[in-house]
Amino acid sequence: MSAQLTNGSQHSTSANGSAAADNVLLEVKNLQKWFPITAGFFRRTIGHVKAVDDISFHVLQGETVGLVGESGCGKTTAGRCILRAYDLTGGQVLLQDHDGKMVDLGPLNNNEMKPYRQQVRMIFQDPFNSLNPRMPVIDIVGDPLKINKVATGKELEDRVASLLARVGLRPEYMRRYPHAFSGGERQRIGIARALALDPRLVVADEAVSALDVSVRAQILNLIKDLQEEFNLTYLFVSHDLSVIEYICDRVVVMYVGKIVEVAETEELFAQPFHPYTEALLSAVPNPDPRMRQQKSRIVLEGDVADPANPPSGCYFHPRCRYVQDRCSLETPDLREIAPGHYAACHYAEELTLTGVTASGELG
Amino acid sequence: MDTPVLIEIKNLKTHFFLDEGTVQAVNGVDFTIHQHKTLCVVGESGCGKSVTARSILQIVDQPGRIVEGEILYHRPDRLSGVGLSEELPSPNGAGGSSSTEIIDLAALDPRGRQIREIRGQDISMIFQEPMTSLSPIHTVGNQITEAIKLHTDMLDDEADEHAIELLRRVGIPRPAERLETYPFELSGGMRQRVMIAMALSCNPALLIADEPTTAVDVTTQAQILELLEELQDDFGMAIMLITHDLGVVAEMADDVVVMYLGQVAERGDVESIFHDPKHPYTQALLKSIPKLGVSRTMQRLDSIRGMVPDPYNRPTGCMFGPRCDHFMPGRCDAINPPAIQLGDGREVHCLLYEDE
Repeated sequence: MSAQLTNGSQHSTSANGSAAADNVLLEVKNLQKWFPITAGFFRRTIGHVKAVDDISFHVLQGETVGLVGESGCGKTTAGRCILRAYDLTGGQVLLQDHDGKMVDLGPLNNNEMKPYRQQVRMIFQDPFNSLNPRMPVIDIVGDPLKINKVATGKELEDRVASLLARVGLRPEYMRRYPHAFSGGERQRIGIARALALDPRLVVADEAVSALDVSVRAQILNLIKDLQEEFNLTYLFVSHDLSVIEYICDRVVVMYVGKIVEVAETEELFAQPFHPYTEALLSAVPNPDPRMRQQKSRIVLEGDVADPANPPSGCYFHPRCRYVQDRCSLETPDLREIAPGHYAACHYAEELTLTGVTASGELG
Repeated sequence: MDTPVLIEIKNLKTHFFLDEGTVQAVNGVDFTIHQHKTLCVVGESGCGKSVTARSILQIVDQPGRIVEGEILYHRPDRLSGVGLSEELPSPNGAGGSSSTEIIDLAALDPRGRQIREIRGQDISMIFQEPMTSLSPIHTVGNQITEAIKLHTDMLDDEADEHAIELLRRVGIPRPAERLETYPFELSGGMRQRVMIAMALSCNPALLIADEPTTAVDVTTQAQILELLEELQDDFGMAIMLITHDLGVVAEMADDVVVMYLGQVAERGDVESIFHDPKHPYTQALLKSIPKLGVSRTMQRLDSIRGMVPDPYNRPTGCMFGPRCDHFMPGRCDAINPPAIQLGDGREVHCLLYEDE
């Protein structure tokens, strides 16, 4: 545990050099979120699902960090802990205050959280379930403004109109209800709601996964444009590696509640250091039939480990192609393998893993 | 080069008659599926790809029904002898050559005996969400052997044996024990494998896979796709794969049908669809997907403007017209583009290619 601690803090400060350290907007330190498993009449706790187990990473001002992994890896839970939608089991979520001080959101109660809820907002995955069907768009987007006493009356209406216009919706439609909009438009409403309070950090949880291909491109472009315009910082949670590659500056790869690799996007995709990342990259279907023969797809055996009952040692070892005896005994720490590139694998230096080269170009 | 035709769909129209109006979910679709080949049907939600597949099996949900068109099933020899096929009248009148018997599936009664003979035996289907398509209150073994017992005269023991063999074949560890498990005890990938085992239990000529990997993770998706390819080599069935993921299409397909709003935009072999797309919709679709290794250097994705129109207010003329960069006023909004043959089995529905 103590080794993990030093490792975590060292990682967060040194990752981008000391100059950038002041620019850290969000720092997650040894974050843990365990869900109890209960049984029997008295709901006795018989175990824990370690959804997020001791993860540390940071997000710089103005950057987009991707949180990627398969279902059940804890990426969504991590995102929700940062929003304090969940209470933390352990660890710290440090957010830079307006005056540059790092504030730990973990122990704050609901009242104390209030000012920070304006600063950290969320875009949800499913644009159908995340909008109240009984509220017109003006209320959906305007309520955060009202609740935080930012604007009322005519001013509120103007702000909502300009927000809608900004995300590519017609302000005239603000009296309509969500059912009148298509999936892509609803996602735009969700984005407008997230941006209503000028947040500093936006957690986008699978924001484009439920959308069609042609609409997905529009929303991704919108997310990018808004970042430039409002100097937003994103934590982009997704399982889709091609989307992550397109939108993120740095990527955090998770597997069964732990971080297995952190690196700049380009580096991670070109030269992964963790076998899981390699397998993940290789599993993404390439939209070019000519690449079919050239690529030897790594097909992982078995399923993702159960976070309630994870394997010993490295959680990935039962599925790893390069497994050795040590892997089932010792849990690997997240170590810096190359500058700014961290991996949790005992053999990261020895292994030569294949990434994705830029040769996948389409004609 | 081409294997014999298995399914020929001609001008298929499946409409849904709702209180709000008629939804022309499938509106004049033509394509063919060849034996032992993989055909991918690709398109966005609402383009009618699933309804087309369901029309083949006559399992379109109420109030939808096939209003026009033919689905000609060229029943391979192997299957012609089994079951009740002798009693099947050939709706075309043309039982055809001695080798194949041709059945028009669209003309069969959706509740009739003939189509039920074909479902699960000649043509079987796997669905997107394996949890909702498996029965939660029957064991895996029960569900697999049901189809076997229905279509063959195997006894209980033999059917169990066969089911174990199938489960082993689709890569489920300890298959004999799994026979007694319920679907909720299995992971998403395992459930999808059970679905595949069930679908293959009677050695079908065509396997329809409706978004089989949409609900599973990438690493599981790779497993399932690999499995489908292996099984196709072993069992020799044709696969009709319905997906919205162009990456999956590129990895799996022999032939591709691109659909948009109930119509075929373009069809052809996978190589030419990806490297020489003709229809503006296909071109735009291919440009709008982020690609691993390529998008890193890209500033913006090319997106298709606007959105898929409301099914009740379909545009006149070409369905893609309002979103198309090559829109020709006065022509594209007046004429519903006919199928234009470009040779090599390629077909495009776009007025840009009228002269060719």
